[in-house]
Amino acid sequence: MLELQNVSFSVKDNPKMILNDFSYAFPESGLVAITGPNGSGKSTLAQLLMGVKTPTKGRIILNKVDITKKTVTERARLGVAFSFQQPVKIKGITVFELIDIALGGGNDPKEVGSYLKMVGLNPDQYLLREISSGLSGGEMKRIEIASVLARNTRISIFDEPEAGIDLWSFSALKNVFKKIKRNNPDNLIIIISHQEKILEITDEILVLESGKIIKHGKPEKILSFLKER
Amino acid sequence: MELTDEEKQILCAVRDSFEIPEGAYNFRVNGKSIGRKSTDMIEVNPKQEKSGLNIVIKPGTKNESVHIPVVISESGLKEVVYNDFYIGDNAEVTIVAGCGIYNCGGQNSVHDGVHRFYIGKNARIKYIEKHYGFGPGHGSKILNPVTEVYLDENSEATLELEQIKGVDSTIRKTIANVGNNCKITVNERLLTHGRQSAKSSYSVKLLGVNAKADVISRSVARDYSKQTFNLAITGENKCFGHSECDAIIMNSATVKATPTLNAKIKDAELIHEAAIGKIASEQLIKLMSLGLDEREAESCIINGFLK
Repeated sequence: MLELQNVSFSVKDNPKMILNDFSYAFPESGLVAITGPNGSGKSTLAQLLMGVKTPTKGRIILNKVDITKKTVTERARLGVAFSFQQPVKIKGITVFELIDIALGGGNDPKEVGSYLKMVGLNPDQYLLREISSGLSGGEMKRIEIASVLARNTRISIFDEPEAGIDLWSFSALKNVFKKIKRNNPDNLIIIISHQEKILEITDEILVLESGKIIKHGKPEKILSFLKER
Repeated sequence: MELTDEEKQILCAVRDSFEIPEGAYNFRVNGKSIGRKSTDMIEVNPKQEKSGLNIVIKPGTKNESVHIPVVISESGLKEVVYNDFYIGDNAEVTIVAGCGIYNCGGQNSVHDGVHRFYIGKNARIKYIEKHYGFGPGHGSKILNPVTEVYLDENSEATLELEQIKGVDSTIRKTIANVGNNCKITVNERLLTHGRQSAKSSYSVKLLGVNAKADVISRSVARDYSKQTFNLAITGENKCFGHSECDAIIMNSATVKATPTLNAKIKDAELIHEAAIGKIASEQLIKLMSLGLDEREAESCIINGFLK
């Protein structure tokens, strides 16, 4: 379904390969985590899947279609949703409007609010607020995740969903992922994460180092591998 | 009222409807009043000595409105109009102004509107002013509003000032003298495009004890347009003043914002925030990741920002 074929990525004027001949075919469904130390290429991989960056070499295939050069919008319309590590603030856009756009537009507050409830936010307190500096990092993160849930796509990519949220929210977040997995057994969820608590609820973990997969497998196997390192 | 399609379009842009409103009103088209009505509580009278209106809102007036739109569809028409509002004590009223110019000729059309508000004790006003221009002519569409607000004790004024589009040149002046326990809130929204220019200046004097001012200006400058903002707040008593000037700049446009805070005593608390910048690429990418194309995302950001 989603496959990277010999994907390499480097930045101009720097010979270092951030991703190096990376190949992997994601499963059709389930929860897949990508982990690894800082600088291993995790976030670059997420951005390549999203379409923000284009591989220097190689191809990205989605449902037998080469999407390597497709834009962010085209990929979104093909059913790929993306949650940013740092949620974006936009003055003048309300929480309602953001999630309504994610849903395709024209939705009532009750429908939109249901996605806020999924991430533990009270719609009455948040729908009319702007997604700008008035919201805390944790609140922004939950709204970001709600916007991805609202898209209900076959593939959702979460780049470090735990970044910037407090312990209570983290625990709630874990439950959100469990719920998404349970309610959408045919969907593929890709999570970029360092957090053991997140990794342990996944179906498969890829460990990246220097732009390559050094290990992949079931969480039990990978978590003990990570502890031994 | 006999109106052309262009005149109806202007009225719809500046006050959402070309129909006669309920309550008091004066419709001015091409320099003449084409309809005027007073109510028991609001008197709308023409000035004798110069062009404009005296609008007297009686003390205690509640839940009433007065509409005074201006339409110019005659190319080359230039006018200066003085409207004075006398708002009685304890009154609460909404004032809908707004001006639009349709210019299909080669001469400049100009409307200079001077609005003065004398707000009585414990009174509340909401003033909505929208400016709009369109038309195929080479003549410019020029609107120069002056808004003066004088707030007596415990009164409050909320000003929503908006330049929608199509105004080639504007020099906007807003002056406020804020008395004891009074508050003024200003929300200015400005869009310039093409080779338009906009100059907006504010002089807010917080004269009374516990006087408050909140002046927020958001603007978008596109193409080769130029915008200049001068915001000055003076605190002469124990008071609180806040101003915020945010601008999105696009293409080859320029924006200059100059804030001035002048605290004349130590109990004056004055704050200014300003941010000028292009649309952040992350903002576009976020909306594109939700399925919008780049143009839709840009439009969504601008419309939201100017809302």
